[in-house]
Amino acid sequence: MTVLGTAVDRASEAYIKNREDMLGQLEKLDEQLQLAGQGGTDKAVGRHKAAGKLTVRERVAVLIDPDTPFLEIGALAGFYTDYPVGGGALVGIGSINGTECVIFGHDPTVLGGALTQTSIPKIDRALQIAKQNRMPYVQLIESAGGDLRPRGSDIEEILKSSTFHFAGSGGFFYETTVLSGLGIPTIAIVFGSSTAGGAYMPGLSDYTILVKDQAKVFLGGPPLVKVATGEESTDEELGGAEMHAAVSGLADYLAEDELDAIRQARDIVGHLHWRKSGPGPTGPADPPVLEAEDLLGLISQDLRQPLDVREVIGRVTDGSRFEEFKARYGTTLICGWAEVHGYPVGILGNNGPLFPESSQKASQFIQLCNKTSTPLVFLQNITGYMVGRDYEQAGMVKWGSQMINALSNSAVPHVTIILGSSYGAGNYGMGGRGFGTRFVFLWPTAKVAVMGPQQIAGVMSIVRRAQAARRGEQVDEALEKVITDTVAEVQERQSLAMYASGRGVDDGVIDPRDTRTVVGLCLSACHSAEVRGAESFGAFR
Amino acid sequence: MIRRLLVANRGEIARRIMRTAHAMGIDTIAVYADGDVMAPFAREASVAVALNGHTAAETYLDADKVLAAAKRAGADAVHPGYGFLSENARFAQAVIDAGLIWVGPSPEAIAAMGDKLEAKKLMAAAGVPTLDAPEGHFPVLVKAAMGGGGKGMRVVTRPEDLDEALAAARREALAAFGDDTVFLERYLTGARHVEVQILGDAHGNLVHLGERECSIQRRHQKVIEEAPSPAVDERLRERLGDAALAAARAIGYTNAGTVEFLLDGREFYFLEVNTRLQVEHPVTELVTGLDLVREQVLIAQGEALTFTQADVTLTGHAVEARLYAEDPANDFLPVTGTVLTWVPAPGARFDSGIESGSVIGVEFDPMLAKVVTHAPTRREAALALALALERTALQGTTTNRDFLVATLRHEAFLAGDTTTDFIDRVAPARIKEVYVRQLEHCAVLAALAAQAWRRSASSFGGFPPGWRNGVLPPETFSYRSGEITVEVAYRARRDGVFDVAVGEKAWEASVLAVSGGEIEAQVDGVRHRVAIRNDGDRWWVGEVELHLVPRFPVKEREVVEGGLVAPLPGGVLAVAVAVGDPVTAGQLLVVVEAMKMEHRITAPSDGTVAEVRAAVGDQVAAGDLLVVLHD
Repeated sequence: MTVLGTAVDRASEAYIKNREDMLGQLEKLDEQLQLAGQGGTDKAVGRHKAAGKLTVRERVAVLIDPDTPFLEIGALAGFYTDYPVGGGALVGIGSINGTECVIFGHDPTVLGGALTQTSIPKIDRALQIAKQNRMPYVQLIESAGGDLRPRGSDIEEILKSSTFHFAGSGGFFYETTVLSGLGIPTIAIVFGSSTAGGAYMPGLSDYTILVKDQAKVFLGGPPLVKVATGEESTDEELGGAEMHAAVSGLADYLAEDELDAIRQARDIVGHLHWRKSGPGPTGPADPPVLEAEDLLGLISQDLRQPLDVREVIGRVTDGSRFEEFKARYGTTLICGWAEVHGYPVGILGNNGPLFPESSQKASQFIQLCNKTSTPLVFLQNITGYMVGRDYEQAGMVKWGSQMINALSNSAVPHVTIILGSSYGAGNYGMGGRGFGTRFVFLWPTAKVAVMGPQQIAGVMSIVRRAQAARRGEQVDEALEKVITDTVAEVQERQSLAMYASGRGVDDGVIDPRDTRTVVGLCLSACHSAEVRGAESFGAFR
Repeated sequence: MIRRLLVANRGEIARRIMRTAHAMGIDTIAVYADGDVMAPFAREASVAVALNGHTAAETYLDADKVLAAAKRAGADAVHPGYGFLSENARFAQAVIDAGLIWVGPSPEAIAAMGDKLEAKKLMAAAGVPTLDAPEGHFPVLVKAAMGGGGKGMRVVTRPEDLDEALAAARREALAAFGDDTVFLERYLTGARHVEVQILGDAHGNLVHLGERECSIQRRHQKVIEEAPSPAVDERLRERLGDAALAAARAIGYTNAGTVEFLLDGREFYFLEVNTRLQVEHPVTELVTGLDLVREQVLIAQGEALTFTQADVTLTGHAVEARLYAEDPANDFLPVTGTVLTWVPAPGARFDSGIESGSVIGVEFDPMLAKVVTHAPTRREAALALALALERTALQGTTTNRDFLVATLRHEAFLAGDTTTDFIDRVAPARIKEVYVRQLEHCAVLAALAAQAWRRSASSFGGFPPGWRNGVLPPETFSYRSGEITVEVAYRARRDGVFDVAVGEKAWEASVLAVSGGEIEAQVDGVRHRVAIRNDGDRWWVGEVELHLVPRFPVKEREVVEGGLVAPLPGGVLAVAVAVGDPVTAGQLLVVVEAMKMEHRITAPSDGTVAEVRAAVGDQVAAGDLLVVLHD
């Protein structure tokens, strides 16, 4: 296989500037990750620790095998929202007693671990990962329950501002049981409160471990019981760990303390003797020849500057090897085979917009990878499918549809890294989140939107001017500029990587130098499930 | 001429003898006990014959088995080493009767010196000064006539204790040597143990090779020996040599032997003759340039000594330390265990019978090795020996190494102030004081080696160690040494360097190379290259032992056989039995109220109540013991 070379000039002005910009962005990213890592306020964390408890991150740190990687999912959830960054929950993939598991944990230092609009999607995502990739699911439970706080005092405003309704909830209970039904083990460690609806989190799990003197699992607490039946009762009688271990039988394992509980969870995962259904790595998994450090200087914050995606590929694949497919055809899309951490992959990376030829090439390549059950890795830097008379007449929509058909019906795992632009249908066709992609991670330079901010602001301005003309009105240029600038600014900021990640529409923003590690860990996770290509696709137009 | 030499011994001395035999072109035959089947000496011999047994009595002390082995393997000579059958006159005779060459003195000489009381009389007659205890003199030493190795020996300081000491010594002597003859000697405090090496051939040539001093003793056994003695000058050496030769001549001594004396000032007194090669013979070899085993073999072959007394010269100074698997902090009592790492340091002679992985059991002497240095001066030899001991990679078992090093570096030792009561009088440190900083570095090295080993065994070994795309606490492990606990928290940086926090200190550390038994790493700017091993939670980093504090401490609960415990926390409502009551299976014992429900504790089987630990009204926790039943 060809070993990719490089044209990177570390002394070039562009490289130096790009690198400085990237390091600046990484600093901002790290700031937010540190905040998420801290969890709640100092006071809340202090109170939690004073009670002799471990924080959720301390729990995870001892739950996973020492010195193994931990791939956190949605670390920035809640960024730039009313909720603290991190979303009051922790999700990630880690190795427990040699088995890769999906780990979910409430952060009891954030609103007492309450279920909020940022933490519920994290549970949903964790369950989805466990299901798609057939990985044991371990929950670290300590939650105050649903977030019932009124948001403000203006009743009308409260009612209007929320589009959430209780009737739409409960999916995670369903998914937890479905996992068990699929033969994917579910383990719950209850470190604290897990009451009312929360009681079903352990209740619906295959294995439950309750921590003595801490766990509290009941449908209704003493006040509710008093109101409902007049009965006087204590927390311990209604839901204590020892009661559940000896009387109700809800607790399968009684833990003396938190570390004891974590030890038992590790033992349980051990006894599963879990075997991954996908093949193990087959290649030598040798590191790339090209240096990952250069990934910092490759891409400009000004996404109009070109980036040869092969420079990225050569810093992700084993030995920088890459067997390019149709190198001279549809050259705005680079396709080819390689291995990452020993796992064979088909890589699709953008070197420009998608044209009819490059779309055809993608369709063929995706089908070929399915024939050999080879997972796909998408490296997105895509402004979209080409527009213009020639392209429309050449069947751009048709070819683009074929590509999306191939992608949507592809059954091999897809992993996507968004390097820069990710606009419109380009996001979809290149393995966007909505297309069954197993994992999507972003570089800090990523911009994800329906189209570029200037384009959308420009288009909307043209529309407004046309409306004004129809009505015979004069355009207020000053106002038009304010509107256009506002639209552009909002579009720009909403498209930024960390903003998008804060909305939970991807799995996180990564340091470009970690791309190979992230892709490798995603592939390893994907291979927990069977890896088998599609036997049929939709009808190709 | 000897062609096939059977070495009727084990461990370091068997190897030592075989080394010379091989150098002389002589094939060797080892004999071995079951536990020694994979021992280096058994593997290095040309042929090895199993003695089929575990204990010394079943194997190396069984003359018939050893002789049968010699016959079976076609030996034409037997070297007994030291200990075991080496001073057994009947065995020597049996070897000779079997038509084999006995590498040692004549059976008659062995017999004559075997009885220490008779030997002493013989020496006194030959004009060699002896230690007689005048009637009523105290302190006195009670000794067994057939004894050795400190057994049956007792110091008596008061007349009223004498009868009891004699009786005890007799019992011990009878048990150990099959003979309860004991005698009294004047007990000298502050004397030195000095012994003279002699060599005699069958042609009447007899020389002495100067003295060795072996005053550093614990439990009446030597641990540090040297040649020459710092207390012996040329004139005294001549007097000692003459006395030793007179003793040898008195019994027509041939081959190698040692005449032991107590030296008090410039006066010396005969103790005993050891009719064999001594453990500490290497120090004499180093200062004389002779190979004593070679001389023994040549003499046994009937050859004449090739040098005379005038040819014997002493060059420089040699010091030997005996490395034992023993616990100096526990009165130097032997310990057992597995030597996980054994890599001798350069710069010293190592006579050892072990290798990495050797098991030190209870059956045989726990000596691991003799380490010997030779230098122009005594001081240099002692310090070089201390360094060689310190730099030897020795892990897996408790040893006297630190004590030896402390003794060798002690000013009193370096000043030559060595007497048989040295250890009690000078009290060198028995355990090395490990500095906190050294401990911290060792803990970091252990943590880094552990992560490297774990990673190499992990399917995630190809990923950066402990990689995170979010924030988790660093990997943290605690190590304990005595009262000190060191917590090491580390995190790998992108460049492979570890950020390490040890308590308040923030260090950088990087692993340069790591194998299964060694790590080379830089910790806080200091480069280390040390042997590193673990056995479960016991870790050895170089010479420092650490205990890894388990990540998940096991909660201990009182478990009593036949004990019945409270299933839940609650209050004791009723106790239906009392101690001594017979109970039948299913009978109610105690009622505990918990969670508003009554829980009946009943007898699981018929039995008797041995203990009642609960009373009505007691609040009990889950798992608390309530009643103990016995069958």
